[in-house]
Amino acid sequence: MEFALSEEQRLLQDSVRRFLEQNSPLDKVRLAAGNTHTVQRSLWAGASELGLTGILIPEDFGGMGLGFLDAAIVYEMIGRHVAPLPFIGATVMAPLALMIAGSEAQQEKWLPKIAASEIIAGVAITEKVGIREDAGVKALNGKLTGKSLFVIDWAEADLYIVADNDHGLHLVLPDAKGLSRRALNTIDKTRSVGELVFDQVAAEPLPRSSADAVARIIDAGRVMLAADTLGAGQMMLEKAVAYAEERKQFGRVIGSFQAVKHLCAEMAAALEPSRSLVWYAAHALDEVPGDARLMACHAKSHLSEVGRFVARTATEVHGGMGFTDLLGLHYWFKRIGLDRQLLGGPELVRLEAARLQGWAA
Amino acid sequence: MDLAYGPKYEAFREEVRAFLTKHKDQAPRGLGAAGRPSPEACSWQQQLIQNGYAARTIPKDYGGYGAMPDILESRIIAEEFSSARVPSALQNQGISMLVPTLLELGTEEQKKKWVKPTLRGEVVWCQGYSEPGSGSDLASLQTKATEDGDDFVINGQKIWTSTAHEADMIFCLVRTEPDKPKHEGISYLIFSMKTPGIEVRPLTTMTGHAEFNEVFFTDVRVPKTQIVGQRGQGWLVANATLKYERGMLGDPAAMETRFQALVDLMREETVDGQRAIDNPIFRDRLVRLQAELAAMKFNGLRLLTSASRGEDPGLARLIVKLQSCELTHQISALAIDVMGEFGVLYDDSPYLRSHGSWQWGYMFQLGLIIGGGTAQIQKNIISERGLGMPREPKLAK
Repeated sequence: MEFALSEEQRLLQDSVRRFLEQNSPLDKVRLAAGNTHTVQRSLWAGASELGLTGILIPEDFGGMGLGFLDAAIVYEMIGRHVAPLPFIGATVMAPLALMIAGSEAQQEKWLPKIAASEIIAGVAITEKVGIREDAGVKALNGKLTGKSLFVIDWAEADLYIVADNDHGLHLVLPDAKGLSRRALNTIDKTRSVGELVFDQVAAEPLPRSSADAVARIIDAGRVMLAADTLGAGQMMLEKAVAYAEERKQFGRVIGSFQAVKHLCAEMAAALEPSRSLVWYAAHALDEVPGDARLMACHAKSHLSEVGRFVARTATEVHGGMGFTDLLGLHYWFKRIGLDRQLLGGPELVRLEAARLQGWAA
Repeated sequence: MDLAYGPKYEAFREEVRAFLTKHKDQAPRGLGAAGRPSPEACSWQQQLIQNGYAARTIPKDYGGYGAMPDILESRIIAEEFSSARVPSALQNQGISMLVPTLLELGTEEQKKKWVKPTLRGEVVWCQGYSEPGSGSDLASLQTKATEDGDDFVINGQKIWTSTAHEADMIFCLVRTEPDKPKHEGISYLIFSMKTPGIEVRPLTTMTGHAEFNEVFFTDVRVPKTQIVGQRGQGWLVANATLKYERGMLGDPAAMETRFQALVDLMREETVDGQRAIDNPIFRDRLVRLQAELAAMKFNGLRLLTSASRGEDPGLARLIVKLQSCELTHQISALAIDVMGEFGVLYDDSPYLRSHGSWQWGYMFQLGLIIGGGTAQIQKNIISERGLGMPREPKLAK
């Protein structure tokens, strides 16, 4: 019985932390945010050297062949540093789609390229969580028609994984004929999401696509979003504590006032069990299939709530400064805001958790 | 991450199961959380001790089973007794708080005299800490013990003394050095509740029941030998004990049982023919609590691993009392809400659900949020010890 990170996992997390401390400081985040559509190629190359681009991809295809818990603790660090990296689409959802639904030929063609960071893959799957307005993608005779919103890693992608209305998954190239792309500018400038509009676009189906495959890709994405929020929330708490120990009012550091201390304690009390939930949800994706979907829902919805509380509270502890651009605290606030809504907000995800248990139709 | 216990522990689990299969018919229906155990409960406890399922790690010389501490074995015992719905080892303040304190800080004579009968349920203890003027600021306590020959003479008052009306003995904090700073003038005494000069008055709470008492001391004479630890060191002795009390609260298995009862309730309770579980707002609250419960459960597993490695889990432990008491209270609150008007029925009313246990729990659990270190004191502990934030500056005299 061991509910803890292994030595290797701690080393992995530390090396990612050190890498991001050096390579994704706040001024770099600001720079990236001013230019949403350009990947920080040097950052991506560094992440690739650490093996992060192929973290889930089997070693035969040039990846690290690690598990979801390893990926989750990496995402915790990415969230901690609001790193402007292509995120859950490129390194988790797209490779997973190829691994569980792709043909051998497709895997051989694309997985090594993703692992080596030669290409970045985006994921168009939002409509499988919830359809907004008239979105949705129809597949007919090898051609896609319709549109998909909130495509993850939209701007950087050299390849898209697209889910159709019938649980089919397809590969689409960004320069495919009939495909048009539109940026969706969100509050979080460190990450790109966008819209894909398909007009009779030729697509290559992933032959082993199924409802279960689609759901597993969403589960994995949700756990990674939860981990991202966990890291971002933890950093906000640490920044709030540091600020409260420095800022003086009424002749005292504000961190000596109980009103302020208790806000910090409440954040810690909410975050600490969340860490265990994220670990277990990620572990379940690897090892406890019967628990995986429900725990992915719990991790996603719970971290959305904890994240919102921490984002708001940590900002308040910083007082007026938290509200300005000077400290850059808002990058974390916005990251947590985006994570909350992607792949289903908490109310929607809890409804899904209820359905899984036969509590809702 | 490895959530399997492995062959050694699974073999141990089989032993526990075999014992339960063989002996579960001899188990009493229930043991009660506090108060004086029935003769059946005492003999069951004795059987558990003999087989290593109670007082497992307490040395044989003091009436325990004498096994090496192994947190995973303890956990397996708890899991198996719980899933077989067989009452596990007695738990009361004597066993959970006094015994570890005596073993750590008592004299050989005190250990020999008190540990064994306490473990067997033959001697029942109460805890004399809080006073009307000393709650969160416990170290300000004023019950005084003055020297007179070979005795201390005690005068003062304690409050929140659960089981005082049934207890044989009390472990009690008294001020022996009134001129010293507050933390250095306290001593820890143990004495009989039958000592002349002790009066116990039941303290009725908002639940309508007297779960606690007030205890008054008037010229109560206690031999000086009945001190635990050194004179003036009672605060340190008490903190050793409080450490054990905090460990008693926040058992995720107990919360899971209440949660499951809530799910059952929501499947049965209807308004306009609609079951509560089919009401989207109630259902959303239910799933939200389930996620919080999952987080606390896995936090518990993390603590278990830290304990088995002898590591300090830090914040993961410091937040348990605050979060568990709050979550338990919220589970009861949702139960009350799904019952609607039935949720305010009480006593022996018609239409009362589950013998009013949700209503009682909703009120009593508020007491748990306050008792054993209020939520606000917990937040001080989390921020000061867990996050390293500065203490409140002392008021200038």
